Amino acid sequence: MSTFAIVFYTLMIAASCLAAYYHRREAFMVLFSLTLISFLMGLLGGEVWLRYIAVAIGLLYACGGLAYSFREFLVQTLPRDIAKVMRNAPLTASFGLFVIVVYIVAAIFAPVIAPFGEAEVVGSSYAPPDDTMILGGDQLGRDMFSRIIYGARNTVGIALLTTALAFLVGSLVGLMAATLGGWVDQVCGRVVDTLMAIPSLVFALLLLTIVGTNVVNLILVIALLYSPVVFRLARAVAGNIVVMDYIEAARLRGEKTWYLIISEILPNATAPLVAEFGLRFCFVFLAISALSFLGLGIQPPTADWGSMVRENATLISFGEITPLIPAAAIALLTVAVNFVVDWMLHLSSGLKE
Amino acid sequence: MGVLQLVAKRLGLGAVTLLVVSIIIFGAVELLPGDLAQQILGQAATPETVKAMREELGLDRPAPVRYVEWLGGALQGDFGTSLANKRSVAEQLGPRFTNTLFLAALAAAFSVPISIVLGVLAALYRESVFDRIANVATLTSISSPEFFLGYILILFLSVQNPIFPSISSVSADMPFDERVYVTLLPAITLTLVVIAHMMRMTRAAIIALLASPYIEMARLKGEPRWKVIAVHALPNALAPIINVVALNLAYLITGVVLVEIVFVYPGVGQLLVDSVTKRDFPVVQACCLVFAATYILLNLTADVGAILSNPRLRHPK
Repeated sequence: MSTFAIVFYTLMIAASCLAAYYHRREAFMVLFSLTLISFLMGLLGGEVWLRYIAVAIGLLYACGGLAYSFREFLVQTLPRDIAKVMRNAPLTASFGLFVIVVYIVAAIFAPVIAPFGEAEVVGSSYAPPDDTMILGGDQLGRDMFSRIIYGARNTVGIALLTTALAFLVGSLVGLMAATLGGWVDQVCGRVVDTLMAIPSLVFALLLLTIVGTNVVNLILVIALLYSPVVFRLARAVAGNIVVMDYIEAARLRGEKTWYLIISEILPNATAPLVAEFGLRFCFVFLAISALSFLGLGIQPPTADWGSMVRENATLISFGEITPLIPAAAIALLTVAVNFVVDWMLHLSSGLKE
Repeated sequence: MGVLQLVAKRLGLGAVTLLVVSIIIFGAVELLPGDLAQQILGQAATPETVKAMREELGLDRPAPVRYVEWLGGALQGDFGTSLANKRSVAEQLGPRFTNTLFLAALAAAFSVPISIVLGVLAALYRESVFDRIANVATLTSISSPEFFLGYILILFLSVQNPIFPSISSVSADMPFDERVYVTLLPAITLTLVVIAHMMRMTRAAIIALLASPYIEMARLKGEPRWKVIAVHALPNALAPIINVVALNLAYLITGVVLVEIVFVYPGVGQLLVDSVTKRDFPVVQACCLVFAATYILLNLTADVGAILSNPRLRHPK
């Protein structure tokens, strides 16, 4: 047994004992099950796996600490009534907020942060990381780090635009269907049912074959495929609103349908739609990344995380983590948004009870 | 209305959906600017060659006639010939479809039992540390793109520690155990994605049940915890769980495309993506039809399962 393994097990057992001594039941359960798992992994896979576990624990610890400090920072700096809500936010939510802020900064200040341009060839292809290119080079010798930074702008920007479009179409048609009722409602409902009966990635592939792959088509196709879900939600929410007395009153006043939708229904349907926006953004973002990964989405030389994974995928068989970095960038943002949305849903359901 | 009528109605609706979807898949290609012949030959083609191509593809006849022929052929397993290599589409699709089904079945065999057990556990011990860790872990796994999970598995389990092959090349004459071994890595990737969904949905279904009065009654009369779950909650949770399983198997169908590309697995998903790149319309149509039909069938199973497992519908008053 090497020194590393001995130190690792000693620390794990000591931490478990400490947790037990101070009656931290939950912490003890987590620590001790981790110890048991590492015994198992150590026996089966050898010391390498212990190192993986140690790195994973370290990473989790770093994320937790970061989230904790960021939450404190927000509590200290924000105005009092928001700070009150933040104080009780789970660590996952503050971690998510932190990641989102970092991505926004990266997207806005991309040209300032990135040392090189997104299509600029700097070194040799697949260059290993060094002082000029801190994450190494890609298949054409472009700086990986700069492309990741620019990717925040391109990939996230396009996903946001697509989600916004899907929302505009979906919620407008949904509100319209709910307000008008009758055959408009029926027709919209059936069209949406049919659209949702086909798996969206497969449908996207079919449509992209026909219209051809470029960014505009990609945005339109994905927005079309993801608007039915928004339609359903908007329709359901508005369905509860149109039966209210104030809508009846507005109708009797002789208001136009358009006025009803914009001034009477929309303000009351905003809250659930906003929460849905976060969730939908994740799905749209993943769909666009998936298509780009398949080579059918955002086209080169635009720096985009999905296509960067595909272009550098061969490196994985040499044990390089280069293709994992853009993939991790995608995963991190979706995880972060999901954490924040999860917290918001919890918050809104908690207030209702 | 009796349960048989309900099921028959749902099946009829499914058949209509399938028909409409087939019309969309066929009609989408008709929407091409110009037509198929012009698309294949490009701008530089002379009118004569376009006309000859049109006749070869049968495009000179009206679209409804061609649709009926196409659908009739598809029902008998004939999807026409590929534009790229002039081979029969069915011949390329057949073995790949078996491969894809094998991969999906393997993933389902892992994920269904694990996720239901974990979901019930998370619902039982909700708000505990286990539930919170499970919540974070499943959110993370849902949010990660399939290719991220796939490449992580390749990096750790086949490059740094050569346990599994990173490329799953399967062939028809492989013995079963070797086939499972080769397919294991993509199956684990799919499992990770689907488990998260299924577990969260199972947890939500059980929690909704645990709040109902008869569970409280069972608890108040002093039943042990496992009995409350096994005897009172689970039989009533069957409908939502069947629903969850079928919906997620349908989700597998979409996930399979990306995973097949990552692991170079010879399935329908890979054929579809290749054909989209080559703009090989007959193959794309056939693949889409196969995927859509499987998807609709699984959703149909979910609904029929929900109807059948509802005692109120099975024994009408």
